[in-house]
Amino acid sequence: MKISKSPWILHYDGSSCNGCDIEVLASTTPRYDLERFGIINTGDPKHADVFLITGGVNYQNRDVVQQLYSQMPDPKVVVAVGICACDGGVFKDCYNIIGGVDKVIPVDVYVPGCAARPESIIDGVVKALAILDKKRERMAQGLVPDEKVWTNTIVRPGSQEKQED
Amino acid sequence: MAVNNNAKKISVVPFGPQHPVLPEPIHLDLVLKDEKVVYALPSIGFVHRGLEKLVEKRDYEQFVLIAERTCGICSFGHGMGYVEAIEKIMNLDIPPRAKFLRTMWAELARMHNHLMWLGLQADAFGFESLFMECWRLREKVLDMLELTTGGRVIFSVNKVGGLRKDVTPEMLEQILKTLDGLEKECRVVTDTFLGDPDVLSRMKGVGVLTPGRAEELGCCGPFLRASGVKRDCRQLGYEAYGELKFEPIVSYDGDCYARCLVRIEELYQSMDLVRQCIAKMPGGDIAVKVTGNPNGEYMVRIEQPRGEALYYVKANGTRYLTRYRNRTPTYANIPGLIETIKGAELADVAMMILTIDPCISCTER
Ligand code: SF4
Repeated sequence: MKISKSPWILHYDGSSCNGCDIEVLASTTPRYDLERFGIINTGDPKHADVFLITGGVNYQNRDVVQQLYSQMPDPKVVVAVGICACDGGVFKDCYNIIGGVDKVIPVDVYVPGCAARPESIIDGVVKALAILDKKRERMAQGLVPDEKVWTNTIVRPGSQEKQED
Repeated sequence: MAVNNNAKKISVVPFGPQHPVLPEPIHLDLVLKDEKVVYALPSIGFVHRGLEKLVEKRDYEQFVLIAERTCGICSFGHGMGYVEAIEKIMNLDIPPRAKFLRTMWAELARMHNHLMWLGLQADAFGFESLFMECWRLREKVLDMLELTTGGRVIFSVNKVGGLRKDVTPEMLEQILKTLDGLEKECRVVTDTFLGDPDVLSRMKGVGVLTPGRAEELGCCGPFLRASGVKRDCRQLGYEAYGELKFEPIVSYDGDCYARCLVRIEELYQSMDLVRQCIAKMPGGDIAVKVTGNPNGEYMVRIEQPRGEALYYVKANGTRYLTRYRNRTPTYANIPGLIETIKGAELADVAMMILTIDPCISCTER
């Protein structure tokens, strides 16, 4: 496939065990070298196109994740790295884990594995780039970047009130 | 109204939770007077998962996998600490081969942790190529781990009663060969850390912690040893450490350079310990049969790459434990960190946070 731009990635640890985070970092280092695609790991959400996020997201981290997501300019794609980020994984039954990144922000690509291997992370990012291109085209036509409308409601265990996110 | 330009202004700068130098979220409120930090207020909780409470939902054999996922970097050690506690409660006598293999893997994990740390430290003071070089070398350690355990960061080779996997003599042979090459390459990298004037100017005399304060604040691991306190839990002789020859590595300056030095020396020490393990590797079984359920309590201390970790297990005779408690090294080192940050330049803060080798996911579990 062709990569039309040099997309930059933002990496954030959404309550993971760290295993997937070091694999994300490892995939940017010489052995796997994500940078050969012109992909750079940036620390600034305002420069980023791809959001790599690991972990099942806990209640304190939810706001941070949503804020980072909202600071990224459109078009943007989200890659959930690791089985925790996909659906909570081994921590699914923990009292503090919301259980999956897609409960707090829309996710475009899911990379399974515990820990996800660098090869599959790179594969996930490359898949995300195709989606990024599609979103860019939609924006050029004056449409909203996402085809589907994302809605989700989370209820904190123990509390009655429903929060609209 | 006249403005007094000389008045020192107090300002609060938030650091984190998302910050470029740290892969993990920690938040610090830095109170600054001009560029100097006068106070630092940590707030944590972004990675708290509450995995200790999962003992109620997973039985004691399944929980090994959860204990391991406390942290993806010291994953081997966490699994080992937990199973050791259960084995002690159940009075299981582990075959010597399993002990030596555990020790070998624990040391390989220390090597990959220290190389990773060196890389992140280089990144923190902006030496990008050194970062890449360290991580390139780290991949070789991961190769050895993958060869023998099958995993890169999460190994899942421990089980109550021994190991799940045995290694072949060819694998050990391969490890020895890789180690020789790796040691030569590591020397080049570590000489840069210890001799390059730019690197020294960032680390020498920065963030000094005196031995007295380090002890008082309950620091542990390389952070404590860099302040001149000779304490290393491996000397307790758990697993096969009692049969290996080594001395804790200490340095006396207590600054960032000393911490770097201690970790570099430990890297070579680990290589030596792996070689000793392989030389003495006994044959025989790798696991014993486990029957019944644990009943009782036990506490294990283990020297993780980042310092002393403590595992407490309380069992009640059923398959489900009553309590699992894990006190991890980073948590113990945070008070020491706050002490060193006080009075530092803002630009040095990121690097100083790194010198305790923070692992937020094990701090909060
Ligand atoms: S998927 Fe596994 S390795 Fe990755 S963060 Fe979750 S528990 Fe850790």
